[in-house]
Amino acid sequence: MKPMAETDFANPLPINTEDPGGRQQPMLLVQSLQKHFPIKSGILQRQTGAVRAVDDISFSVLKGETLGIVGESGCGKSTLARLLMHLIIADSGTLVFDGDPVSEMRGISLRDLRKNMQMVFQDSYFSLNPRLPVRNSIAYGPIVHGMGKIEAQRLANDLLNRVGLNSEIFGARYPHELSGAQKQRVNIARALALTPRVLILDEAVSALDKSVEAQVLNLLNELKRDFNLTYLFISHDLNVVQYISDRVLVMYLGQIVEIGPVEEIYNKPRHPYTRALLHSRLSMNPADRVNEPPIGGDPPNPINPPSGCRFRTRCVFAEGVCESMQPKLDNVAGDRHLAACHMTNPSSGHSKATS
Amino acid sequence: MAYDTNTVEASPAPPDAGTALVEVRDLGVEFVSRESTTCAVNGVSFSLAPGEVLCIIGESGSGKSVTMRALMKLHPPKYTRISGYMRVGDHEVSACSEREMRSIRGSQISMIFQEPMTSLDPVYRIGDQIAETVIRHKKCSRAEGYARALELLKLVGVPSPERRLNAYPHELSGGLRQRAMIAVALSCSPTLLLADEPTTALDATVQIQVLVLLRRLQQELGMAVIFVTHDLSVAAQIADKVAVMYAGRIVEYGPVAKVLQHSAHPYTKGMLASTVSGHMRGQAIEAIPGSPPDMRVRMEGCSFAPRCKSVMPACRQGTPPLLTVSHGHEAACLNFA
Repeated sequence: MKPMAETDFANPLPINTEDPGGRQQPMLLVQSLQKHFPIKSGILQRQTGAVRAVDDISFSVLKGETLGIVGESGCGKSTLARLLMHLIIADSGTLVFDGDPVSEMRGISLRDLRKNMQMVFQDSYFSLNPRLPVRNSIAYGPIVHGMGKIEAQRLANDLLNRVGLNSEIFGARYPHELSGAQKQRVNIARALALTPRVLILDEAVSALDKSVEAQVLNLLNELKRDFNLTYLFISHDLNVVQYISDRVLVMYLGQIVEIGPVEEIYNKPRHPYTRALLHSRLSMNPADRVNEPPIGGDPPNPINPPSGCRFRTRCVFAEGVCESMQPKLDNVAGDRHLAACHMTNPSSGHSKATS
Repeated sequence: MAYDTNTVEASPAPPDAGTALVEVRDLGVEFVSRESTTCAVNGVSFSLAPGEVLCIIGESGSGKSVTMRALMKLHPPKYTRISGYMRVGDHEVSACSEREMRSIRGSQISMIFQEPMTSLDPVYRIGDQIAETVIRHKKCSRAEGYARALELLKLVGVPSPERRLNAYPHELSGGLRQRAMIAVALSCSPTLLLADEPTTALDATVQIQVLVLLRRLQQELGMAVIFVTHDLSVAAQIADKVAVMYAGRIVEYGPVAKVLQHSAHPYTKGMLASTVSGHMRGQAIEAIPGSPPDMRVRMEGCSFAPRCKSVMPACRQGTPPLLTVSHGHEAACLNFA
């Protein structure tokens, strides 16, 4: 990576400073979002079940923040990202982008939504067109949105330089000629080409080696500051999420179990699942070895999730009430730190419930 | 090959070379294709005592998996050139024929892989796959093979093992599949277990279960384990000794506590500094600049020199040999010369 001084740019990169909704308006407001994938079987292909990938999820993303989304594989975090981008269509629920409902009457159109919200995927190779030089891949979006070809190419070159790839060397290369980290830089440049306000990063650094992961994380932090961005950072790596996020959302089997500011989630977790996840982090000190795994078993199948609280099959505090009643993520006192656990609700009837 | 002969002499020699279970000297692996020759491993030497756990740490392309597969001769002979000496127990692996290798694999040395779904056969039941190895090596009956399979599933902590014997791999969760694969690997009580990133594909809560299990089994059965990983914290959990690989060479070797707490080689230090932790919030991470070298191009001098902060002119001239930092702790860096 060649460090690029700000003055090296031929022309300054466009920064989206629009803010029609006002500072206080959340950037994204998600309400009761739901997506069940039907399972069909038999000769008649009748629906026999459903994978409850995302089940009644509500949250908001504030302007300029980084919301980290953590959870184990199969918890629905990637489905959630794709639902937000409308890459898959939700069964129900609403999405409000900066005050404008998405794909509704008098709302923001899908075309404008995608211009304002872009995504970076985990697999840096399969998300680039293998037959396009990376410069053309980056220029593709702006051209579709009405920019002239020459201008788009120039923008692509500037973006390549900005993400630390010399456009004269790398611009004409094809994806297979780049290393994993370089491809991921191209993906980030492409996501920025439409001057979005929100970037969804779906495990964007998970496939990278540790030494280059740090480079890309530094780049993401710089870009966020310089381009006035809001991030949705999806990852299974708790250390990375803690490093980059302002708020953290913990998912388990298609539902939110806990959401709150990063310091509170990491220092005072309220949900037993969050605690188990945090205890599963491995120490770098060989003298500090774990002898007893914090929880047993694997996450259950999202096809037939357990009744009541979905975590109860692995939870050491599970009681009768956990089986019969689903804990809610209620916001009673305007608290920014919420957990969907009966133990945090004094009126739930759980014996360990605290007031 | 262009590596320095000093590497061999300075290689970690055990107190008594005769008692070591594994001995690898000056291993080189080259992949030959029509377009280019890739030197994936370039003069690697190490030895391992019985019952010891060695972790090979490195990034993708550093040659860590290639080294391990060479020990089991899993590379296609047509496109691979292997040089150097390898011994496991009484078998000189580097001189073994394919027929001899087949009887060693699974009985003396066995291996577990990163992705259990692709390394278990999807059309056979779990019980069949475990029993197959037992029947092949112990020449026992089918019923005995199945009894052993049940015993093994209990050993690796699979719940309701009787039922799982008849399950197909796709019916098991990721963690159970990895446990089943460990059961296959342990079926003939090998003296050496090779583990190629066995926990990388697992979720955090499951990864820790498998690590604790592997450590318990290693201690109970007294196996030696070579564990390949890119994750320094996994090494901290399981290793006795650590070898850090970069561009096909061991750049640092020593007891786990010394390598991770008092690392000597600039690459190891850089890896530790660039490992993200939550305490670094708000500040830039000290990343190692650049990317690993292209192994198709042979380069002079230390392969880490282009990315190294404390590079000297001498670094670009010859490959630095492993030099002693403290007792049993060695680093291939001229700063210690």
